[in-house]
Amino acid sequence: MKAKLTRELIAMRAAKELFEGAVVNLGIGIPTLVSGFVPEGLTIVFQTENGALGFGPLVGPEDFARLADVDLVNAGGQYLIPVPGMCFFSSLESFAMIRGGHIDITILGAIEVSESGDLANWMIPQRGVGNIGGGMDLAFNAKKVIVTMEHVAKDGRPKIVKKCLAPLTAPGCVDLIITDIAVIEVAAEGLALKEIVSGWTLDEVQALTGPRLIVEKPPKIIEL
Amino acid sequence: MVSKIFKSFDEAVADIKDGATIMIACFAGPGGFPYFLVKALAKHGAKDLTVISNTAGGIGLTFDFDDHKILFENRQVRKVIASFPFSVSPSKPTCAEKQIIAGELELELVPQGTLVERIRAGGAGMPAFYTPTGAGTIVAEGKEERIFGGRPCLLEHALRADYAFIRAYKADKLGNLIYRGTQRHLNPAMATAADIVIAEVDEIVAVGRLDPEAIITPGIFVKRIVRLAHEPDFPRHLNKSFWAKPKKGQRRKR
Repeated sequence: MKAKLTRELIAMRAAKELFEGAVVNLGIGIPTLVSGFVPEGLTIVFQTENGALGFGPLVGPEDFARLADVDLVNAGGQYLIPVPGMCFFSSLESFAMIRGGHIDITILGAIEVSESGDLANWMIPQRGVGNIGGGMDLAFNAKKVIVTMEHVAKDGRPKIVKKCLAPLTAPGCVDLIITDIAVIEVAAEGLALKEIVSGWTLDEVQALTGPRLIVEKPPKIIEL
Repeated sequence: MVSKIFKSFDEAVADIKDGATIMIACFAGPGGFPYFLVKALAKHGAKDLTVISNTAGGIGLTFDFDDHKILFENRQVRKVIASFPFSVSPSKPTCAEKQIIAGELELELVPQGTLVERIRAGGAGMPAFYTPTGAGTIVAEGKEERIFGGRPCLLEHALRADYAFIRAYKADKLGNLIYRGTQRHLNPAMATAADIVIAEVDEIVAVGRLDPEAIITPGIFVKRIVRLAHEPDFPRHLNKSFWAKPKKGQRRKR
């Protein structure tokens, strides 16, 4: 089998999308890992919807006894390290930031993404129930929505599809899809294949993708 | 002025009747969660409650503790309005999840920003508002839709409650509240949107001891204050303080 990017490497590629001063909210899963790969010299303002901005890295297990504080966590309940300049606020300001269009980039996981950039990430149809949380507000209102995910589901079915079967988080919201084998841009005319992992061919990527990919120029090899 | 300070959590929740609507602040763990008020409500036993909260308890993130899942285990809740009511691991469903699937508990699933805004509207006297979040998804079902600036928006209605359970760091005797770190989350919003707001706090200080510039929840919103007792079963992880100064003669643990 051909090599695919690990979850960490997907996060590393996603981190290249960040820009100086960007206000960024990371979803649970692969997106959370992105904070560990911020390019050197770049200042990113991370937002967590439970109410903190500009925090440091997560507290590692070795430091729990010294630094873990239940009043200093992110939306996933992971402990944060305070840094100078960080600030706290309530859900009121937090969702004013999100819904008011003050978040430059949100990076989210996905169950499916459609040809037109529809995102489904809150309910696995087989489970029948799911959590909406803050993801829907982010998907609808962030300036740029990046999806990081595996290219195909565990059973091998494409996660990039013509039309989502899972309930939508937001229609037409996704700008960029970064998977373990490709980087795909959601354009007005469809999905544009921009980059592929070294060793993969166009046809092989296409075979694992539902809709027809637009290839104007030969795709670049993903660089990390 | 009648004192807002209640001696015990049991007294503070004693008048809650069956069928009441209660807001409970919570987010990803014990920080900012009114632990003892919820415990007192479980003991009190009021039934057929409508609970408005971020979760329905026991979602199994990084913390496992007795949050408001105990109200569902006791079958005290008839309806829950929440944005994150289900377990993060499908193999370990929450008590509320089982009741929802069995049709024994009514669920109104709300995007978190919409939940916050509905509470804010309830507190600010606005009956309803339009928001783009949820348009074109199952959240839109049964809701009025209108286009603003070319964007479809949903009509969402305000939420209010009979009681709100709030967790804060310090209160003064007037009910002015300050919070600590990420403890704030839904607390300030819920503090405006219920008839009787009960605040569970670490400390009650004399009037004048809180910096007026730092007060987050103005005292007029808060009707009852209870200082949390450091009981033997007080979860240890609730008792940690960052930036808290060690007492005289005490060394900060390293």
